[in-house]
Amino acid sequence: MKWSLNAIARLGRLFLDGAQHAGSMAFFALELAWVLIPTWSRPRDIFQQIYAAGVLSLVIILVAGGFVGLVLGLQGYNILSNFNASESLGVMVALSLVRELGPVVAALLFAGRAGSAITAEIALMKTTEQLAALEMMAIDPMRRVIGPRFWGAMISVPLLAAMFSLVGIVGGYLIGVVVLGVDQASYWGQIREQMEAWDDVAGGAIKSLAFGAVIALISVYEGYRAEPTASGMARATTQTVVLSSLAVLGLDFVMTAFMFGA
Amino acid sequence: MNVQRGVELVVGLFVLAGIAALMVMALQWSNFGASRVAGYEVTARFDNVGGLSVQSPVKLAGLTIGRVDSIEIHPETFQAEVRMVIDDKYDNLPADSFANIYTAGLLGAQYVEISPGGALESLGDGDRITMTQSAIILESVVSKFLFDKAKE
Repeated sequence: MKWSLNAIARLGRLFLDGAQHAGSMAFFALELAWVLIPTWSRPRDIFQQIYAAGVLSLVIILVAGGFVGLVLGLQGYNILSNFNASESLGVMVALSLVRELGPVVAALLFAGRAGSAITAEIALMKTTEQLAALEMMAIDPMRRVIGPRFWGAMISVPLLAAMFSLVGIVGGYLIGVVVLGVDQASYWGQIREQMEAWDDVAGGAIKSLAFGAVIALISVYEGYRAEPTASGMARATTQTVVLSSLAVLGLDFVMTAFMFGA
Repeated sequence: MNVQRGVELVVGLFVLAGIAALMVMALQWSNFGASRVAGYEVTARFDNVGGLSVQSPVKLAGLTIGRVDSIEIHPETFQAEVRMVIDDKYDNLPADSFANIYTAGLLGAQYVEISPGGALESLGDGDRITMTQSAIILESVVSKFLFDKAKE
């Protein structure tokens, strides 16, 4: 009896914690939105963050994109050749990458590579009271620390996703055309025939922009609200990766249903 | 100072590379250019368009010369009226040309194939191709084949 009551109480607390978390994140997002435009008065801060979040993630994104393309080419060839349709390999690889895998996998990798770093950096600044020191000097940390990192992450993700897809399509070309002998003209021709600039390419870009905004928001929020202790930082970093990944996958389903469904 | 400049350069390159990747996919690798043919309009009525859709290619001798612009039901004949935009380069198609709906491969996308006729006057803007052949519906071909076999 007592055991079951405890379980229900724990469930209730879990729910309340979640609601509190969501609520304070929403307030934080409003507070952040207020400084987003003024942040651009110091564009160099933002460039610095694009470098830290985006340029330094290039290696992992490009290598992962290449391998995803290679694997898609290999698997796609095996499946499509069962239907005598291996000429459609190009369009299969390209559409999977541009619509889904590019935005989603790039966002997941980005959350692990750069989102966690942003959280850890901000959380350490908070733990060592650097944020408080900034406030003492009448410098708004929202504007000088949080804003540039948000912009840096949000700008980087769509660019990285586009490069991921491009490298992946080239990877599929390498395995399909160079190694397995699919006709080169039909690889590119089918892509050109069936990939839509607006629906597919722009749709994927819109998706990855949304993922970038979500990851950026979660990363800076978790850092800003981290408990100022060593274990608090660890928890915040973990939370960033877990929440961002779940948010990206959930949002992907919703956006796909709206954009490609019906 | 120097470091800051290096960072800005690298970031600039990064942003350019990302935008270039998007543009290559959107403008070069997609059917973006083909979707906006400047040309003249021709209509044709088919009993059955099968899987033909807006943006399907219009081909002559296997080369794409235009796109399907719209497909509507003609209110009197109950046929499907297909409006096609054909590139201005090909403005000398004979007026008695034939329009067929073919399938690329066994299960591929469907397209309109124009077979040129022999008339001296050519198709102009707003003209109608009167001689058409509908899409081949796989089920009807198979059932026809089976019934013919059964008769023997």
